[in-house]
Amino acid sequence: MSRKTKLTAFVMAFALVAGGLAMADQVTVNWWHIGTAANDKAMLQKFADDYVKANPNVKIEITVLENEAFKSKLTTVMQGGNPPDLFQSWGGGVLAQYAQAGLLKDITKDVKGTAFGKSMASGVWQVYSYNGKVYGAPHDMGGITFWYNKELLAKVGYKTFPTTWDDFLKLVKKLKAAGITPIALGGGDKWPAMHMWSYIALRLGGGQLFEDTFSGKNAKGFENPTFIKAGQMLADLAALKPFQDGFLGATYNDEAALMGNGEAAMELMGQWAPNVEKDNSSDKTGLGAKLSTAPFPAIKGGKGKITEVIGGGNGYAVGKNAPQAAVDFLKYLDNKKNNTTWAQVSSIIPTVKGAEVGLTDPNAKMVKAIVDKCTFFQLYLDQFLSPAAGGTVNDAVQNILAGTATPAQAMAAIQKAFVAK
Amino acid sequence: MAKRSIPGGLASRARFPTLVVFLAPALIVFTALVIIPVFEAAIFSFYKWNGLGPMVDFRGLGNYLELIQDAIFHKGLLHNFIIVIVSLIIELPLAMALALIVSDRKFKGAVFFRTFFFLPYMLSEVITGVLWQFIYHPQYGLVKTLFEALLPGVHPPALMGSPDTVLWAIMIVIIWKYFGLHMTIYIAGLQDIPQEQIEAATIDGASKGQIFRRIILPGMRNAVQLSIFFSIIGSFQVFDIVWAMGKGGPANGGETIVTYLYTTGFVRFNVGYGSTIAVGLFFICLLFSFFYERVIAREAT
Repeated sequence: MSRKTKLTAFVMAFALVAGGLAMADQVTVNWWHIGTAANDKAMLQKFADDYVKANPNVKIEITVLENEAFKSKLTTVMQGGNPPDLFQSWGGGVLAQYAQAGLLKDITKDVKGTAFGKSMASGVWQVYSYNGKVYGAPHDMGGITFWYNKELLAKVGYKTFPTTWDDFLKLVKKLKAAGITPIALGGGDKWPAMHMWSYIALRLGGGQLFEDTFSGKNAKGFENPTFIKAGQMLADLAALKPFQDGFLGATYNDEAALMGNGEAAMELMGQWAPNVEKDNSSDKTGLGAKLSTAPFPAIKGGKGKITEVIGGGNGYAVGKNAPQAAVDFLKYLDNKKNNTTWAQVSSIIPTVKGAEVGLTDPNAKMVKAIVDKCTFFQLYLDQFLSPAAGGTVNDAVQNILAGTATPAQAMAAIQKAFVAK
Repeated sequence: MAKRSIPGGLASRARFPTLVVFLAPALIVFTALVIIPVFEAAIFSFYKWNGLGPMVDFRGLGNYLELIQDAIFHKGLLHNFIIVIVSLIIELPLAMALALIVSDRKFKGAVFFRTFFFLPYMLSEVITGVLWQFIYHPQYGLVKTLFEALLPGVHPPALMGSPDTVLWAIMIVIIWKYFGLHMTIYIAGLQDIPQEQIEAATIDGASKGQIFRRIILPGMRNAVQLSIFFSIIGSFQVFDIVWAMGKGGPANGGETIVTYLYTTGFVRFNVGYGSTIAVGLFFICLLFSFFYERVIAREAT
């Protein structure tokens, strides 16, 4: 080997090593979110762009997926043991299952006792924790409420939303008589209907019933007569035919379109409802000032108060292989400034203390007021329970509505899945 | 496989490297992606397992006992059989009738209609499902518009919104999508029948029905057999269209074995039991293949 070739070899080796070092500095964060609405997508893209500008060594690869598509795709990568670095999560039982299987990164040290941790209430961290360890962070935490079209309600003489179940049923009958679809329901996606049954159960049994059921103190579990009665009351409501034609095959987007186009009077939905209604309406403007929201009515003789809330929110979980940059980016996403912007742009109910100043939308402010005043908070049942049990709850409610199972049979199915864990 | 002597000049020793080179890639891929997963699924099917982490909860035959009593599995199986039977008694005769029409030399628009009828088959399953979702949409769909135009005052049925009608709504889509394929198989079959035979029979005074029964149908035996085979296997595997149209719902009204398998394994994280369903389907298909070999294929020879 001549001296010249030795030198060349040396230079090349050096270049390789140096290149390798430069490469090592470069980290990629894979981020999966479900903000498909135009305003969400643009805002989240900007958050990422701004972060990358300040941290040029980080590359953020964004995958935007529609809600249902996201669930299927995530399942596949999870079963393959290869989670994205940051991904949409509703916390609860699904998050617990991933944490249990070691698929998530424990970020407790970044949360407990830190400024990041203190920026949110401890209750919201609970939703993204399992066995005392934190695996993700929420940016949005709200409640399921009735969203209604003020104009359509006024047509049948209702200026405010009923606060009792009896009055609610009266309203439904009046709307029906006036030729207006009382309730839009995406029954094919199941979970929108599930919220209706779980709210009736919460109003009948109160938060205590739910707590006793999960702790095992309520020995009959979901076969407790109160849960069965809730199923019967839902069946009685369905007998009034309050939902649009073909609701059992309808998707949540169909539900939002009916509301956004002013063709149905109300829907029972989370804080994102106005945004999705707008996005699914034919003129992309939604109901605007005609839209309002109210808590699920109280039921006479029930143990639950109107201030008890079923809700939840949105956040991102951290995958097991995520680089520290992913956690830093998560902190950046959930800083006060961004959380405020988020509240402004897509009417989330911000989790960061002080970010509520961003809430300009009167509807979002109303949801925030309902959540702030709540005396009991239950995470959505299908997210709180394991995927198998949560899925069975969704099926059971659909079977009640389709008349393919009696309330007692439906509750027996839930209990069986719940006990099987 | 029985050993065969190789005709021609190549000795078997010279052929061995060729065999290795040409067979190995296919064999490796097939083993890795089909054979191994089949055995893995068989192992999973004895466990209660959510697909994440190690399998620890051995259930023995528990999953299989559950499968035998599972009402939704029975429903899915029944739906699959309905799809098979409707395919055989409606779709295939329809395809045959159309094939006879468009093969008629006197028929001027034959080429246009051949292409036209084949078009649905060229669409992807998911696109077909989404397309028909729009057609059936109870508020904004074509069916509703047609009802309003043709039968004012009659309330259009929300076919996808009832567990009693959803399967038939899906059935229409399946027939619409696949009859073109079967028609094309029959057209190919018809071309094998010597025109002279038909002409001779016509001269001898045979009626059209007699010609069909005595000449055309026997001459198309292979084509019919092939189309029956495709139809049955396709019916058992049907998934994409059903999933895109309503995920097997509402209330399991459109559930097939494969949608139930998918929901169990990939939506509910019940990979163990999902595998049990898959093994069940495997045996049903195996049973059918056996039956097909014994009855349909043997009859032909």
